[in-house]
Amino acid sequence: MSNQEPIQQEFNITIYTENQVGLLNRIAIIFTRRKINIDSLNTSPSEIESIHRFNIVITESEDVVRKLTRQIEKQVEVLKVYYHTNEDVIWQELALYKVSTDVIAEKVSVERLLRENGARAVVIRKDYTVFETTGHREETDNLINILQPYGLIEFVRSARVAIIKDSEGFNAKLREFERLEPGEEVIENEYLNKGAKVFTM
Amino acid sequence: MEVAQQEILTPAPAKETTRVSGSVALLEALIAEGVDTIFGYPGGAIMPIYDALYDYNDKLNHVLVRHEQGGTHAGQGYARTSGKVGVVFATSGPGATNLVTGLADAQIDSTPLVCITGQVFAHLLGTDAFQETDVINITTPVTKWNYQVTDANEIPEVIAKAFYIAKSGRPGPVLIDITKNAQIQLFDYEGYTKCDHIRSYRPTPIVRPQYVEQAAALINQAKKPFILFGQGVLLGSAEQEFKAFVEKSGIPAAWTILGAGAIPTDHPLNVGMLGMHGNYGPNVLTNECDVLIAIGMRFDDRVTGRLDKYAKQAKVIHLDIDPAEIDKNVKTTVPVWGDCKETLPLLTALVEEKQHTDWVKLFNEYTQKEVEAVIHKELNPSDGEMTMGEVIKQLNDLTKGEAVIVTDVGQHQMVACRYAQFNKTRSNVTSGGLGTMGFALPAAIGAKYGAQDRTVVAIIGDGGFQMTCQELGTIMQSGVDVKIIILNNRFLGMVRQWQELFNERRYSFVDIQSPDFVALAAAYRIPGKCISERDELQGALKEMLDNKGSFLLEVMVTKENNVFPMVPQGCSVSEIRLK
Repeated sequence: MSNQEPIQQEFNITIYTENQVGLLNRIAIIFTRRKINIDSLNTSPSEIESIHRFNIVITESEDVVRKLTRQIEKQVEVLKVYYHTNEDVIWQELALYKVSTDVIAEKVSVERLLRENGARAVVIRKDYTVFETTGHREETDNLINILQPYGLIEFVRSARVAIIKDSEGFNAKLREFERLEPGEEVIENEYLNKGAKVFTM
Repeated sequence: MEVAQQEILTPAPAKETTRVSGSVALLEALIAEGVDTIFGYPGGAIMPIYDALYDYNDKLNHVLVRHEQGGTHAGQGYARTSGKVGVVFATSGPGATNLVTGLADAQIDSTPLVCITGQVFAHLLGTDAFQETDVINITTPVTKWNYQVTDANEIPEVIAKAFYIAKSGRPGPVLIDITKNAQIQLFDYEGYTKCDHIRSYRPTPIVRPQYVEQAAALINQAKKPFILFGQGVLLGSAEQEFKAFVEKSGIPAAWTILGAGAIPTDHPLNVGMLGMHGNYGPNVLTNECDVLIAIGMRFDDRVTGRLDKYAKQAKVIHLDIDPAEIDKNVKTTVPVWGDCKETLPLLTALVEEKQHTDWVKLFNEYTQKEVEAVIHKELNPSDGEMTMGEVIKQLNDLTKGEAVIVTDVGQHQMVACRYAQFNKTRSNVTSGGLGTMGFALPAAIGAKYGAQDRTVVAIIGDGGFQMTCQELGTIMQSGVDVKIIILNNRFLGMVRQWQELFNERRYSFVDIQSPDFVALAAAYRIPGKCISERDELQGALKEMLDNKGSFLLEVMVTKENNVFPMVPQGCSVSEIRLK
């Protein structure tokens, strides 16, 4: 093999799909069968009703990412897959931090904290305060470091959402696609709560 | 159950609606899809479908297998010889989990299957009900598509999608899990409409003429071009188009084991088999050709050997219907996306008519070396115990290459694929990608149903036969005519060969004992014979082929024979060993 290991970096994989039960698993196993960890995964609606969107972040070489995207794209209910480096997308992650209101009020200027970290207070109660910040990983990590000395009670960060910088062409295609063939509603199991009313053996 | 029996009506033509059960709608869908044979096994959660089947006995032939795995392999055998979709029924829980090996085999070998499994009532899903397993999630990695039906109204459309997905594009297995309430439920049935389009699914990529032109230009400049062909040629029913391309371009062509028979074995430009136990010339010359043209094949590691020493000197043209195969293993210079039925004629039109006489001669020289070092003594031994090769050779002499040959996995498979003569397409049925021991016996049953006018010969090792030998019961009950040859070397031969060559003959658990196979067959009322002497071979093979109905012939062969040539694992194709 060549001596140089291929360069690994973060890739943002954007998948447009039908909204279908079980599709998440079908997509996830394409990564897990190669023992690749998914750093972040978000499912959401897209700009088009009935078309669903996955944002997945993994750290891999481009060669592997290209193969993965083709294997995802060949799934029956997947419409289109793109991959981008961080430079090609605008991305954000949201984080929530819970700290004791007493400690915070006593030891730091809350106002300064918020201002310097682009954060806002979501809830201020007698016993605790929840801050929120949105940004890149370094920014949300930074606030953890700042709050840790003041007894950070709970922290959570959302999956990444990313908008592709250069996506206008595909959006037009997608809208046309939906206009020609409107999507169908997802069918879920409607019998789960009707046990007693359903005939059985 | 009573609910299902109350109103079973034959559905009227479209637009008018009829009240039918989900089970009836399923069977009507199968008939509309042209299904004639189902391989299956009943059980609690699929009982409403079997109850409906009771009234469809004249339209649908159900073959009762002895294990659901056998059902899937029979479905595969049927699909391979007929070119149609194989259909399998199984119940929930263990019935469904028993399908997994066959689904995995069909997935990796691109075999179209539609498997219908029963499932517990929808309101019991997730409650660990009796015989409930999460079949959808268990089978997701080994199906092209799967879907759980909880409402009978979904059945016609879902079955239509299942058949369309299974057979279109790169074929594969589809599993539809139907909860028991949906099987029983009566609904307004509007008739069956076949599916020919799913908005998110593009089975065949758009052909790009510029790539066809670039490929033709490369081929026309090539001095030593070489074709590798796989099952894609058969799956695309492109045998004629392929032959026309090979003959016009004059390029030597070698096959993967699933591609065998796409052109006849004795075609002058058919230079043999690729891969680990393939022929000498095709392996060595892969690393000497200047343009490699891969058609409907996927560069499996058993074909390529060590990838970083594989055809590095060559420009690579890859024709494939599945874009995910392009650049997956071997970097392509020109990708020709599309169904080869469509792309091959475009390419043939642009390539110059040529004869690469010296280059083809080089292949023949390698063949000669291989004949001297390996083939001659394998096919024509004069003394000692019988070899697997001479059994295949004698079989060729009697069947004249017209039979369907079904093989299991191991040494006998390699020997059979190397030496069997195939005059016709869809003649070689084997488990290629997954390497499923136990495949051959049930697959042969299906193969016969898929090609009723042809002789079907299953060639199986003593190990593999014992994995699915209960399917002798299926042969007995259905009366299907399958000729069975067991090549008995009293070892798990391929593993033993590796242990001999690479593990200093430390024979670890490869010494397998067998029952009296002839007596076993007799217990199933199948006639048989066991031979160990060379002079009995031809007569016994004749007796087997001439017998009306199934016959089991056990041939005792050399215990410790090795399959050569061989590309040892981790080696380059040019490091192929003749001994």
